Amino acid sequence: MFQFPAKLKTLSYVLIAIGVAAIAYGFISAGGHEAADHGHGHENRPWASLLINNFFFLGISLGALFFLAVQYAANVGWSAGILRILEGVSGYLPVTGVFMILLVLAGMFHMNHIYHWTAEGIMDPNDDHFDSIIYGKRAYLNEPFFIARTLVYILGWVWAAATLRKLSYRGDQSADLAWYKKSITVSAIFLVFFAVTSSMASWDWIMSIDTHWFSTLFGWYVFAGIFVSAITATALITMYLKNHGYMEWINANHIHDLGKFMFAFSIFWTYLWFSQYMLIWYSNIPEEVTYYLPRFGEFKGLFITMLVLNFIFPLLILMSRDTKRNFGYLATIGVVMIMGHWLNVYIMVTPGTVGVDYAIGFTEIGTFLGFLGGFILVVFNRLAKAPLRVTNHPMNKESEYFHI
Amino acid sequence: MANTNKSVISALYNDDDVMLKSIKPLRENGFKIREAYTPFPIHGLDHELGLARTRIAITAFIYGALGLSVAIALTYYTMIIDWPQNIGGKPSFSFGQNVPAFVPIMFELTVFFAAHLMVWTYFVRNGMYPGRKAMNPDPRTTDDMFMLEIEYDGDDSELRSLLKDTGAVEINIVDQSTDEPSDSEEEVLEETV
Repeated sequence: MFQFPAKLKTLSYVLIAIGVAAIAYGFISAGGHEAADHGHGHENRPWASLLINNFFFLGISLGALFFLAVQYAANVGWSAGILRILEGVSGYLPVTGVFMILLVLAGMFHMNHIYHWTAEGIMDPNDDHFDSIIYGKRAYLNEPFFIARTLVYILGWVWAAATLRKLSYRGDQSADLAWYKKSITVSAIFLVFFAVTSSMASWDWIMSIDTHWFSTLFGWYVFAGIFVSAITATALITMYLKNHGYMEWINANHIHDLGKFMFAFSIFWTYLWFSQYMLIWYSNIPEEVTYYLPRFGEFKGLFITMLVLNFIFPLLILMSRDTKRNFGYLATIGVVMIMGHWLNVYIMVTPGTVGVDYAIGFTEIGTFLGFLGGFILVVFNRLAKAPLRVTNHPMNKESEYFHI
Repeated sequence: MANTNKSVISALYNDDDVMLKSIKPLRENGFKIREAYTPFPIHGLDHELGLARTRIAITAFIYGALGLSVAIALTYYTMIIDWPQNIGGKPSFSFGQNVPAFVPIMFELTVFFAAHLMVWTYFVRNGMYPGRKAMNPDPRTTDDMFMLEIEYDGDDSELRSLLKDTGAVEINIVDQSTDEPSDSEEEVLEETV
């Protein structure tokens, strides 16, 4: 059994305190509604920061849950020893899910201007603010449906995470494999649900910020990002536990496989990023290209940095077998990729919400640390509740003998 | 190919695991295993035989880099220098401003060069060319038998007893002139299944 180290627990509380301070600082320095005539960038900043960080960590949990479900649905052997870590990471889903619901409600009730299509009068043909393009999307982009969708996504995901966790606890109690078979069914149902909702959630929460713009593969692009982040977080936690003398059944082969996933899905993410970018760049249609104008304008430095962190670094460093089997290399590149994919979410959200007044300061970094503290607290608490692998998982032996 | 100083014995096994486990004691007793013949790839065999890790990955990287260079040269020469065309209103005399359009070509040629040249490298390194005579000394190793060829000096009694202990089902002296087992000295230890 894993014991939550007291030092780490203290660290997580400190991080949460920093996060609370950063959020408070963000709202105080942003001021109220008075600057509304000059755009909403300044007052949106703390909200955008909350959305970015909450979505980033929600993505990590969701990606881990997706990976967990894939392991059951595909009868995977090698990963039997890390399932509890995936369960632990997906345990952060209820927290980030509640935050997401609150953020969506705040947006729908006009507490912020993150979602441009909720602006007053924008759907009213007799109003000065009327926007016929957004009006055309009213069947999908309206407040009640939006809130309902968010609730459905979150409830569905949390249900799957909770069910898979409870079923696996039954695997600690007895050698009967009914729980395993049931997990396969639950996973299969969840994967279908996930395939639709992960795309729709990214349209709703992220793509609808730039309301006029749309991209058909946006959902995949976001999915690739959250999956890489989730695998990276899983690899980092696995290496941390291994370094602290836990998980004797994990060896360089398992870490190597996680490294391969990090490598492969970094390439996949780049592939989707480029697929989305190239078509828009080539056709050069105003309604599409508006998305990339700020990203190659005021945000160019961050945008290019993000590409280097998410593509060039993993490509060159993780290409070799030796680096994927070396904890030092893999942890370093893992931290770089976490930063890169955080920056990816930042650049998806910021141009449409904060705009030209953007900055990465105490508000953004502090909020990130706060969510990180919560992540550490929730995930490691969960890990301490049960053995670090399912005692009677049918694939345990196969996982131990796994060799590449 | 034939080594005149050393004699060679071939040992047949009817189970891949038994053969795999017999390699360690053989090597520990100073015998050199010249070759292993198996009907299918056996995981961990290269490690047991003490073979160096393949360098195909390094060549793949080099070939990929070569393919990338060729793609850059190709697009730069054909689309910028030799015959610039106005496609979609992009500045046609600039490589830098057109590079997104060339990325698919770079990607495809990188993959093409890496994959094809790896295959050809594999063929060349293994001496596999059209019309090459098969080197398999015993056709049964393409079916259900597993064979090790072991080199030894002078007396073969120690090697024979060691092979019997490890579970070999048949032991032959390899005729060095033809590289095939000579039937006269065949020693069948048990009926092969």
